[in-house]
Amino acid sequence: MSALLQFERITKRFGGVPVLRDITLALPAGVTLGLVGENGAGKSTLMNILGGNLRPDAGHMTWDGQPYAPSGPADAAAAGIAFVHQELNLFPNLSIAENLFLTRFPRRGRWPVIHRRALAAETNRWLREVGLAAPPDTPVERLSAGERQLVEIARALSSEPRLILFDEPTTSLSDRETRQFFTLLERLRARGLTMIYISHTLEDVLRLSDQVAVLRDGALVAHGPREQFDKDRLVTLMVGRRLDRLFPARQPTGGAARQPTAAEGAGAPGQAAPDSGKPEVASVLPQGVPLLEVRGLTRSGVVHDISFELHAGEVLGLFGLMGAGRSELAQILFGLEPFERGSIRVRGRPLASPQPTRCLREGVAFLTENRHEDGLALEASIADNLALVTLRRHARRGTGWLNRVTLADAVRGIREAVRLTPTARDAAPVRTLSGGNQQKVVLGKWLLAQPPVLILDEPTRGIDVGAKFEIYQLIVQRAEAGAGVLLISSELEELIGLCDRILVMRRGEQVDELRRAEFDRERILRAALHERSAA
Amino acid sequence: MLRRWLNSEYLVMLLTFAGVVLLLPFTPGLASRENLANVLLTLLPLLVLACGQTVVLITGGIDLSACAIMAVASVVGGLAMNGDTGWLAGNPWATPAGVLLMLGVGLAIGAFNGFAVATLRMPPFMVTLTGMMFFGGLAIWLTRSETIYNLPSAFNALGGRLPLAAAVAGGLALAVHLLLSRTIYGRWLYALGHNPRMARVSGVPVGAVTAGAYVLSGLLAAAAAVLYTGQAETASPFLGQRLLLDVIAATVIGGTSLFGGRGKVLWTLAGVLFIKLLDNSLNLLNCSFFTLTMVKGAAVLAAALLDATRRRWQEAGT
Repeated sequence: MSALLQFERITKRFGGVPVLRDITLALPAGVTLGLVGENGAGKSTLMNILGGNLRPDAGHMTWDGQPYAPSGPADAAAAGIAFVHQELNLFPNLSIAENLFLTRFPRRGRWPVIHRRALAAETNRWLREVGLAAPPDTPVERLSAGERQLVEIARALSSEPRLILFDEPTTSLSDRETRQFFTLLERLRARGLTMIYISHTLEDVLRLSDQVAVLRDGALVAHGPREQFDKDRLVTLMVGRRLDRLFPARQPTGGAARQPTAAEGAGAPGQAAPDSGKPEVASVLPQGVPLLEVRGLTRSGVVHDISFELHAGEVLGLFGLMGAGRSELAQILFGLEPFERGSIRVRGRPLASPQPTRCLREGVAFLTENRHEDGLALEASIADNLALVTLRRHARRGTGWLNRVTLADAVRGIREAVRLTPTARDAAPVRTLSGGNQQKVVLGKWLLAQPPVLILDEPTRGIDVGAKFEIYQLIVQRAEAGAGVLLISSELEELIGLCDRILVMRRGEQVDELRRAEFDRERILRAALHERSAA
Repeated sequence: MLRRWLNSEYLVMLLTFAGVVLLLPFTPGLASRENLANVLLTLLPLLVLACGQTVVLITGGIDLSACAIMAVASVVGGLAMNGDTGWLAGNPWATPAGVLLMLGVGLAIGAFNGFAVATLRMPPFMVTLTGMMFFGGLAIWLTRSETIYNLPSAFNALGGRLPLAAAVAGGLALAVHLLLSRTIYGRWLYALGHNPRMARVSGVPVGAVTAGAYVLSGLLAAAAAVLYTGQAETASPFLGQRLLLDVIAATVIGGTSLFGGRGKVLWTLAGVLFIKLLDNSLNLLNCSFFTLTMVKGAAVLAAALLDATRRRWQEAGT
């Protein structure tokens, strides 16, 4: 069998951080390849390179024996490669037919007039293929998430590609639609179409693929025929172990938590009562009252029946794969999204309808996942960004007149505390900083508020190793000062290195909880991976 | 080099001075005492209006209704204060009461705009465009399209006597400058203009701050109406009908960004000077009104182009 697609020593870095290392992988024609890996293992980057959205730093690809270097998605489409993404890329205001044929409407002869009958017939043909019973002129916005996913698949098929890539195609499908979709995949496979199937549902990958490839930390760690793998082996391969990472000492007495699975015994502060002798916030609290208490928090389709407590001095990790609802949970806690049922208590006081201003007053701070979108004003100065959350403390009541002396002191203090690069002037726009320093600005602005409850959503995403370690130190310092930290991360290593307790979420539900002594990569990942009970 | 120059905050200031120096030899009377006094006097209401516009533009919005607010405030003040039919006629408190009434009109319309934009989340462009039509019409309807004469002389002095008018307008501009640069409200305005999502997450009361910007713009429009009406010694529903272009032009030429987050009173002052001197010198050169409008239009387009270009450069990370 000759390879239809070949990756040859593909390497890619983002800001010095390698995300793909030397990937060499051949995909024979007619084969379905299952591609698995943790979040951040490099799957998306690899597929973006295939789709022409990213260019590799080194290495090359061949397609059908010819060198293939796409400079954009159009090149990939021209080569006959189609993508079905997890997040939907349809135009909700257009009809199904228009979405399918947006770039290649059937015309009446050479005139720039759409051949409506041909369009409807063609669309119907593909909708039948994917098993969606809807008229071609239905606006996509009227379809359910599952139906939209089927339209997306129909669109990929209608370009009659030679290779289709499915990225988590079943997350929004119902059980019935999933079964239908799997039959379709079988049919396509029998027809000899080459496919790449990416999923966190390992059972599906094992069932649908001819070959399986496992990525971990940007490297290809295993590739072979499906028969060589079972679920356990895949989990073990995906998890691996990374020894090049250091985490700050979690307890004043304990050593560096380089071997986090090592039991720390009774000293683990994950239990109900906070350690005595914790300064600041903890001291004023009655014993045993958690800083943050969540009971039965539910928002349909997003999170379901989430309950946990966060205690003073504790770092509580929240792990889950994409779409598990971790960030959504944090947004609900901070009042950015509504919830339907359940209760939130901060330091014993109920927070009935949280609003960001209200949460801040109650002592909750929230570092969001995306620093560019809702963490920073990129064009504004470093000083203005740092001071924003705590401005009220420097403003005179009534007039709002700012005390520039105390404000400048606070900015200077926090700059030193987060060890922001000293070369940048206070007045420099945040945009001019590196990713790591930008993240320090966001963290700094929240730390200035000295919040008893600190929610951190992916605080180290996209920053270099040195800055990561410094941010870990700040997190630990904050916990040691008596705050409770809710740490959301896709990096298991990070959570294991820093947390006292880890909650695992899967599809909006809380599926496991581990104390430090029980930390076990495989158990956590297994809990987070999608299970499919009905096959 | 060119890029650094184009990115400079003081570009417009420099251009204005350069323009004056260049035009001086060709324009008889440009530097004459009466002419300068006249320019200054007519510049003041424009400055006050433009300060309000600056505040709104910083939020990323726009206030097209400012001049209609001015017209309504003017005729309401005129109807109340005039010596013939006004119910304040002859009253020793006529001037302060009339001014307060006018400011009240600005406050009310500004509050309505703010409510529509911040609470009902309507697009500022629509809210204030329809506001411009409605209140512009209302001003005419209130007076049956008549001009109102015979205003109290103390009131006329407010806008018409140069030192007094300059003190009022200068004081207001200074107040807005301090508000923007030295108070928490100013920081919040810039923050939400830069990134409203981020501002919300960071605990900025986004709704109140946004609404406040429109209220302020309404108040300043009413204050401009006081100056303008006093200057003309008549209240007219057509007051400032042609002023909207100048207000937005001056603000944008000064460097305040239409995309929000950038803007300063000092820049706006430079923009107002630029527009006024352009106006004045072309007038003295006997250019027709049409030529004048065309030149102004071109200047605003250039300023908007500069704004967009600066933004492009920023996004490219240079």
